[in-house]
Amino acid sequence: MRNSRATRLLFELSKPGLRAVRFPEPDVPTPPPQELLPSEQLAADPPPLPELSEPDVVRHFVNLSTMNMAVDTHTYPLGSCTMKYNPKRNDRWAGLPGFAQLHPYQPEQSVQGLLQLLYELQQYLAQISGLDAVSLQPAAGAQGELAALLIAAAYFRQRKAELGPRTRVLIPDSAHGTNPASAAMAGFEAVTIRSNSQGLVDLEDLQQKLDPQVAVFMITNPNTLGLFETQIERIAQMVHDKGGLLYLDGANMNAILGVVRPGDFGADMMHFNPHKTFSGPHGAGGPGAGPIAVKKHLDPYLPVPVVVRDEEGRFRLDYDRPHSIGQVRSFFGNVGVLIRAYAYIRTLGPQGLRQVAEDAVLNANYLLSLVKPFLPVPFGSRCMHEFVATAQELRRQRGITAMDLAKRLLDFGFHAPTVYFPITVREALMIEPTETESKQSLDAMAQALFRITEESPELLRQAPHSTWISRPDEVQAARRPMLKWTPQEDRS
Amino acid sequence: MLQAIGLESVEELFAQVPEDLKLRKPLDLPPAMSELELEDHMNRLAQANEAMDRWVCFLGAGSYDHFVPAVVDYIASRGEFYTSYTPYQPEVSQGNLQAFFEYQTMITQLTGMDVSNASLYDGGSATAEAVLMSFSGTGRSGAVVLSQAVHPEYRNIIRTYLENLDTQIRTVPCPQGTTAPEELARLLDDQCSCVVVQHPNFWGQLEPVEQLAQVAHEHGALFIVVVDLVSLGLLKRPSQYGADIVVAEGQCLGSPMSFGGPYLGVMACREEFLRRLPGRIAGQTVDRRGRRCWVLTLQTREQHIRRQKATSNICTNQGLLAIRAAVHLALLGPQGLREQAQLCLWKAHFAAQQITALERFELAFPGPFFKEFLVRDRQGRVADVLHWAWKQGIAAGVPLGRWFPQLQDCFLVAVTEKRTAEQIRRLAQVLAQAP
Repeated sequence: MRNSRATRLLFELSKPGLRAVRFPEPDVPTPPPQELLPSEQLAADPPPLPELSEPDVVRHFVNLSTMNMAVDTHTYPLGSCTMKYNPKRNDRWAGLPGFAQLHPYQPEQSVQGLLQLLYELQQYLAQISGLDAVSLQPAAGAQGELAALLIAAAYFRQRKAELGPRTRVLIPDSAHGTNPASAAMAGFEAVTIRSNSQGLVDLEDLQQKLDPQVAVFMITNPNTLGLFETQIERIAQMVHDKGGLLYLDGANMNAILGVVRPGDFGADMMHFNPHKTFSGPHGAGGPGAGPIAVKKHLDPYLPVPVVVRDEEGRFRLDYDRPHSIGQVRSFFGNVGVLIRAYAYIRTLGPQGLRQVAEDAVLNANYLLSLVKPFLPVPFGSRCMHEFVATAQELRRQRGITAMDLAKRLLDFGFHAPTVYFPITVREALMIEPTETESKQSLDAMAQALFRITEESPELLRQAPHSTWISRPDEVQAARRPMLKWTPQEDRS
Repeated sequence: MLQAIGLESVEELFAQVPEDLKLRKPLDLPPAMSELELEDHMNRLAQANEAMDRWVCFLGAGSYDHFVPAVVDYIASRGEFYTSYTPYQPEVSQGNLQAFFEYQTMITQLTGMDVSNASLYDGGSATAEAVLMSFSGTGRSGAVVLSQAVHPEYRNIIRTYLENLDTQIRTVPCPQGTTAPEELARLLDDQCSCVVVQHPNFWGQLEPVEQLAQVAHEHGALFIVVVDLVSLGLLKRPSQYGADIVVAEGQCLGSPMSFGGPYLGVMACREEFLRRLPGRIAGQTVDRRGRRCWVLTLQTREQHIRRQKATSNICTNQGLLAIRAAVHLALLGPQGLREQAQLCLWKAHFAAQQITALERFELAFPGPFFKEFLVRDRQGRVADVLHWAWKQGIAAGVPLGRWFPQLQDCFLVAVTEKRTAEQIRRLAQVLAQAP
């Protein structure tokens, strides 16, 4: 039960003189700082941080935590985010001092255990992707996209004489927003490809826009509608015929682990989202990681360093890669997340990973079969790991929106699906149950959704009714941004 | 369940996948392991590393062995934080959103800047994002000017990010260990969108930030400064010397070194650049009954709304690390942070004095420093020295030859509040006996 006194802002709880951390008495000489540093560099006062006791801080944040829904507490069918259960063992291992207490610039011979793990993970990801070489460096999927597009840019720069200047990246209209944003950041022009009436890439539109200036076609497969691009081989052929590269946004790898490999269907490069597919916890928004895998001809351009093994079986960080695009983040990468991914893959093995895909697809199709009688699913009677339902009819007939359904679902103890995405479906509800939900929880969720569709629009418009707050005013938040606490506000 | 779907076999679930593409054999991966077996395997891999719980750590260069209070781990391991995601549904994410709002507030208190976002990936990519921000912030993108004393990996990341854009990178040489304002002025013109300086810089030296900011502004460029957040317990806040955008590596606020990640990209700026900030931002508002609450705001900057016109492609960020930082700062408070900064300052100076008392070693640069300093081995045998110390259980410093050939006779020593006088004396003794 929430203690609302403890969830006042830290700054309102602050009392002068309180503190939680005490450092040891200095055991070295303690001259006044102005004797060691120029006085014009010194601040008159320390920063005006809040002052609290340790119990204050603990009670505050524990109470705050109870105001969240999480995978550990609720079914969390947030489409595209793969909110599966996160095995606790992985956290214990990532926290072992032998991993967590390593400095990134320690000598290589002192981190052989970790380098072995990372080397093996590179190999596992190459195997799972059907591609040849892997960089574990990118910090998240979006950074993986950026790194891969920079690799494409470097590749085409080097082959300019042969392949001409390449300035465009093609992206389906159903793609994640990160795809066009990454393309723009990497210096490309993002060009949108239409979806056809089946929710798949419109090959005519692709044919038309696929000219010799296209560097990359970024595809998500299964796509964000939860559909496998059945024409993927043809698409890859078309892109390759024009000298372009095919990029796979691997956000939806959960659906195809051990079933089909991106390298086998023609992808030249891809990223993984270990926080999704390999159960790294999502941590309130991150950290994730965004390893990328590429075909052999793109290997020389991978970010540095990569882990290699020399003839004596020793592991090394290889920085000596003259064609590398360089680094996209500092040090090696989000190692703590990668350790969890490694442990997840070792826990499941080849059969277990395939079982993940089977169960994820089974759960999604089962839920789809329960939901579609009362909530239309525009594309396909089957799906892969997720499906997109629409509240368009409900809206037209009774004024009930996708947002209303999502908000009301919270009252029934389910996190909401992703809403209003992909943008190709109106009033979209993107539902991804994941493989770790039981049949009982899927039945309960479908039942809740059904009951909600029968409820009065007035009730739904005001939902949720059981949460601490309801329907925050987002317009005011954006119009008059209040992005930090200020003492004035405290007085008012 | 299959029956309800109207299927007979699991194989039919994958009917959408063309037959000829399907994998005909299991993935070539090691077989599954039970928790018990894997526990043993993971322990063996971890024990094959020589970690800083057993070595005495004087390594820094962007990743530091600072104290992490137990409360930080305790709070961050709460499943409600740990296994939730981006707060798309504010009604069931108030815990995260309020924590981000508090994080943002404390980052502005630390830096003196007007606004902070809710985290980027790490200090290095945050610096690159700040450079990209300066293009739209000034309407210039012809060139950027970096101090040579900015972390070489951060400069590398900026180079990577700019590689396919038409932007020239100019680097201010720093032979004296700091960035000279007149040298900076020589490289600036009306093409330049920003100046990037690190303070204290990569070699630990304090920069003449006030003058550098002034020179940058005289040429219409933004002043981007990479700071050490712990140093802000003592040093002037960046707003006081004219910073436009402040970035930092937030690992020092409550996160383990973990071989370089996951870390925390901190970014704060002046109000003027608010709508150009990358990443999530939590904002205060009221709900339909007038109750104070928090939401993700100004989302029209972001990729899921604006797509190719977004300020950045970032989606997943480092939320949990931001929460760690918020808890850490709440535990420290102003006095705790000041004491921590003082301890770093005193211990680093004690270490420098102990080391330079040895005939063989001298400080490479003469200027004032905070918690890190560059030591020159007059015999030029840095690899031998560091290897020798390692054998005695001391990680004595980071060699710089990889990035700075002219400094290959030097190593960088970082001293945090965790080091004791005894460990520092031991370091000096070991260095005295080095081959």
